[in-house]
Amino acid sequence: MSPADALSQPALWPLSAIVFLPAIVAAVVALPVIPRAREELIRWITLATTAVVFLLSLWMAWPTLFGAPGPAQFTIGEAGMQLVVSKPWIPAFNIEYLLGVDGISMPLVVLTTFLSLLACAASWPITKHVKAYHVLFLLLETGMLGVFVSLDFFLFYVFWEVMLLPMYFLIGIWGGPRREYAAIKFFLYTLLGSVLMLLAILMLYFTSDLRMLSPEQLESAHVVSPAVEAAARADAVAAIKTAAEPIHTFNLLALAELGQLPNSPFAAAQVWGVSLEVLAFLLLLIGFVIKVPVVPVHTWLPDAHVEAPTPISMILAGVLLKLGGYGIIRICYPVCPGGGLTLAWLVCGLGVVSMVYGAFAALAQTDFKRMVAYSSVSHMGYVMLGLGVWSAVAGNEFRWDAWGQGVNGAMFQMLAHGFSSAGMFFMVGVLYDRVHHRNLNEFGGIFNRMPVYAALAVAIFFAGLGLPGLCGFIGEVLVTLSAWNYSRTLAAISAFTVILTAGYILWAIQRVYLGAEYKGPHGEALTPITRRELAIATPLVFLAILFGVAPQLLFNYVSPSVNRQVETLAEWTRQVRPDFPASPAIETVDAGVTRALAGE
Amino acid sequence: MDLGSLVSGTINDTVRVSLPLFRVELVIAVSVVLVLLARMLPVLRWLDSGLVALGGACFATWYGWADLQTVQQTVPQAGGFREELFGGLLVFDSLTATIRLLLAAFLALYIVFTKVSGIPDREDGADFYVLVLGATLGMCLMASANHLLMVFMAVEMASVPSYALAGFLKGRKAASEAALKYAVYGAGAAGIMLYGISLLAGVLGTCHLPSMAAEMGRIVGEGKASGEIMVLSLGGLMLAVGLAFKLSAVPFHFWCPDVFEGAAAEIGAFLSVASKAAAVALAVRLVFGLGTVADGAAAGAVAAGLADVRHFMVYVVGLMAVATCTLGNLAAYGQTNMKRLLAYSTVAHAGYLMMGVAAAGALAGVDAAGAQRAVAALAFYLGTYLFMNLAAFAIVAVLRNRLRSEEIASYAGLVRTNPGIVVATTVVLVSLIGLPPLAGFVAKFLIFSSLVKAIASTAESPLMLVILIVGGINTVISLFYYLRVLKVMTFDSLPEDRVAEPAGAFSLAGGLVAALAVPVVLFGILWSGLYGFAQLAGSFAS
Repeated sequence: MSPADALSQPALWPLSAIVFLPAIVAAVVALPVIPRAREELIRWITLATTAVVFLLSLWMAWPTLFGAPGPAQFTIGEAGMQLVVSKPWIPAFNIEYLLGVDGISMPLVVLTTFLSLLACAASWPITKHVKAYHVLFLLLETGMLGVFVSLDFFLFYVFWEVMLLPMYFLIGIWGGPRREYAAIKFFLYTLLGSVLMLLAILMLYFTSDLRMLSPEQLESAHVVSPAVEAAARADAVAAIKTAAEPIHTFNLLALAELGQLPNSPFAAAQVWGVSLEVLAFLLLLIGFVIKVPVVPVHTWLPDAHVEAPTPISMILAGVLLKLGGYGIIRICYPVCPGGGLTLAWLVCGLGVVSMVYGAFAALAQTDFKRMVAYSSVSHMGYVMLGLGVWSAVAGNEFRWDAWGQGVNGAMFQMLAHGFSSAGMFFMVGVLYDRVHHRNLNEFGGIFNRMPVYAALAVAIFFAGLGLPGLCGFIGEVLVTLSAWNYSRTLAAISAFTVILTAGYILWAIQRVYLGAEYKGPHGEALTPITRRELAIATPLVFLAILFGVAPQLLFNYVSPSVNRQVETLAEWTRQVRPDFPASPAIETVDAGVTRALAGE
Repeated sequence: MDLGSLVSGTINDTVRVSLPLFRVELVIAVSVVLVLLARMLPVLRWLDSGLVALGGACFATWYGWADLQTVQQTVPQAGGFREELFGGLLVFDSLTATIRLLLAAFLALYIVFTKVSGIPDREDGADFYVLVLGATLGMCLMASANHLLMVFMAVEMASVPSYALAGFLKGRKAASEAALKYAVYGAGAAGIMLYGISLLAGVLGTCHLPSMAAEMGRIVGEGKASGEIMVLSLGGLMLAVGLAFKLSAVPFHFWCPDVFEGAAAEIGAFLSVASKAAAVALAVRLVFGLGTVADGAAAGAVAAGLADVRHFMVYVVGLMAVATCTLGNLAAYGQTNMKRLLAYSTVAHAGYLMMGVAAAGALAGVDAAGAQRAVAALAFYLGTYLFMNLAAFAIVAVLRNRLRSEEIASYAGLVRTNPGIVVATTVVLVSLIGLPPLAGFVAKFLIFSSLVKAIASTAESPLMLVILIVGGINTVISLFYYLRVLKVMTFDSLPEDRVAEPAGAFSLAGGLVAALAVPVVLFGILWSGLYGFAQLAGSFAS
């Protein structure tokens, strides 16, 4: 590659390194050069890799952390896509190696690298086939990070699928007693969703036509790189505009621009009498909600979470579930806004149903880990509701600010749940490592035996509960507030779900940590928390408190991008549905968020 | 025209035009003679017949490559490169050149594979390689047939050596039974096909595909003689039987699992890759040859008639594809023998390929660029399938040599003793499922994209949508049985009576498996180059 490329695309190497470093190290570790018996060496290599990747992503996301910000670092507060990397990959299909981050994906990237680091540290007790485990773990990390930074739908899909196989083996080989069943169930559910997604991708691709976009849109979508000279840009635009045949694209930004055109090709195309934007929205939504997961496609989750080893449960709950939410916010709504508008009731309904069902199911569990798994279903329901009210049409008034509030809340909930659920699974794992059972009714008195651990665990569980001052609260309250404008019933239900959440979490705390003494099996093994475990738990608890007290730290990243997307779509709604009585509130999205935060 | 000028014209045409473009087949034919000579003449006894065959195959590959270069340089000109050979019996165009190169390259790789895996031994080598070379010659002809008589000859020429190959493991009851079953089935299918050809020839008065298409378009377009149309459709269906047998399409697939189980894994590899590639190429030839005429000639009633002909063919192929794919995948689910599982997997993949043929047929005459892309998708599929299935059968052969078993259950816990092979198996089987970033995904992606294209712009849109959905569901179904093999290899524990083999740092067999598995990964990530060749294959459909 030429030096000019490095200048115009400063993020090429840093961003590629974040994604591919784990895979490269995995390939090296897999070679026979490193003998299988050197388990400690393999563990340290993996830990070092995840640490380097974490530091790289932190360096990128927090420009002033290591001195003056450079060109390859993220600009906080900028709404648009940043650090875009664009290289041709398969010219015959206009497939590009197109990466980039914005306020929505950057925090998720850091969350992923952070949780991977912690999960790697939590993998020390794994003693079976250490080499294979760490190779698969690193491949998994590449897949997850790739999904968050890809802006090309084909590339996105490739990374989306790359995660499946490592996860299948990680659950299937290192899991609990029913691991084979859980592993194949996970694989099957996700593959079903991905096949539907692939169909939607192909339909969108063949309907898309870059010639419909204006030169400005082509540039903002990075179809034509804004970094090159004006003359070259004009040539590239002219080449697209004057093409005889439609030019199809996998570029997610360009697809979004096309989907939001007043004469969107996706709205015009029909398949079996249904417009493509509704059909594609539905197909993509099914693919993504399987990952989220929502009722009724959630049944893989309790099995996979319970059977997976602790670090993999942390990754599953902390990152993999977020991929679904990320897909919805990044792809479903911008590319098929019409589908989102038509099916708003579906998304919101699914969210509320999972919220309530997950909470009730969690109440009924006697397995500690299964309870935490169902709490994830319930918490991710808030994310769905928050994303759904995005296209809210409130009876006689169309509130733009409610959209922004809901999506900001959903994004915050995703990040907060990433910390709290990974923490909860780790806490369960710490106990399981010692007493080798997870029966809630056989615990009790852990506070006396392991006071430091119990204090940290209770803090994390309170964060999951959504106690004010901890990270779980902000997202839930924003989502519930915004839902009020969409449907008072749904808002009331989601508010009452908090009581159920409090019920199962407090009851679990009471049964596990409180009580006079531990009477269950292997009581002698209840040794105090080790330094390694402390090093994993403390950052999670610290961040759960930090983001509960100072949510602006995250909103500084998230809000500009979310608000811009919401505003664009609000504008789009006004164009396609002028009959909606709209409140002139477009400019108050920021104010709405601030008001909601101030009112907490 | 007097006889003298006719003879000299024919000689001129044969020597100047046909033979130079026929050199790949000629090289293979010469190799057959050399292999036989090497055994007969005591002077040449020291020559290993495998090496002679390999030399021939490499030579053929080189010529195939050179021919493809010629085509590549001429394609940009209007109409592409098209030359009828031997008075219209064969046709040389970009599809011929690509498929022939594919077959020749496969042949070379295949001979290396058989040398490494040890079947055949030196004693039987001459017989084996003569049969393989002869069958490949027939397959090359299948890919370039332009005349129904040639279609029949080529199919038979490819089939008859295959029957003998199926029974190659002498003294094994299963192999003899498989060979007999294959031969009886094949003879039946050939008879039906010949009957169909004679029906078509009787009505149309010619067997030359382009002339047939024009005549058929006229008859169907005028729509007066409904009796003739009846006979034509019957003839077409009978012709399809012969083709379906070669493709192992449902309901003519019954020979496939038995032959694959009874014959050695090496023979399964040959039948599943080369035979499939040739049959798909022939299917494309027939669909395009009978469904389209050269540009400009089709107008009015003829064009409408040809559209009807294509419609008929697309429905036949499409429905057969749906049945083949679904049944192959469902039947594979219950298999306990690895070769039988791969046989049903081959059936299922024939189904995916026929989906692509159906899409290409639907797009032909409607959207030329789309049809070219559909054929390119098929060529890409065949190119990647070569590596995937050859690797899969190589793994079966290597494991057979180590474990003396081809049962899936005997692979239990293999990851403890042979991690390298298990990684290769994972790559190959996951690629057969069609998951990125492996070549099988790209192939499936291309087939599905030609289906989506056909949904958008053809009259067969509902059928294409059904095919697409069935294809998607089948991908999910196929997950089960491929993963089951991996599950046995990795999750299950090692049987206690298995002695851990001394882990050799590098073995020839391991190197071969790796060499076949690496392209599966490579073409999944960097597939632009291979797709370029595939596009070249598609460019014949102008």
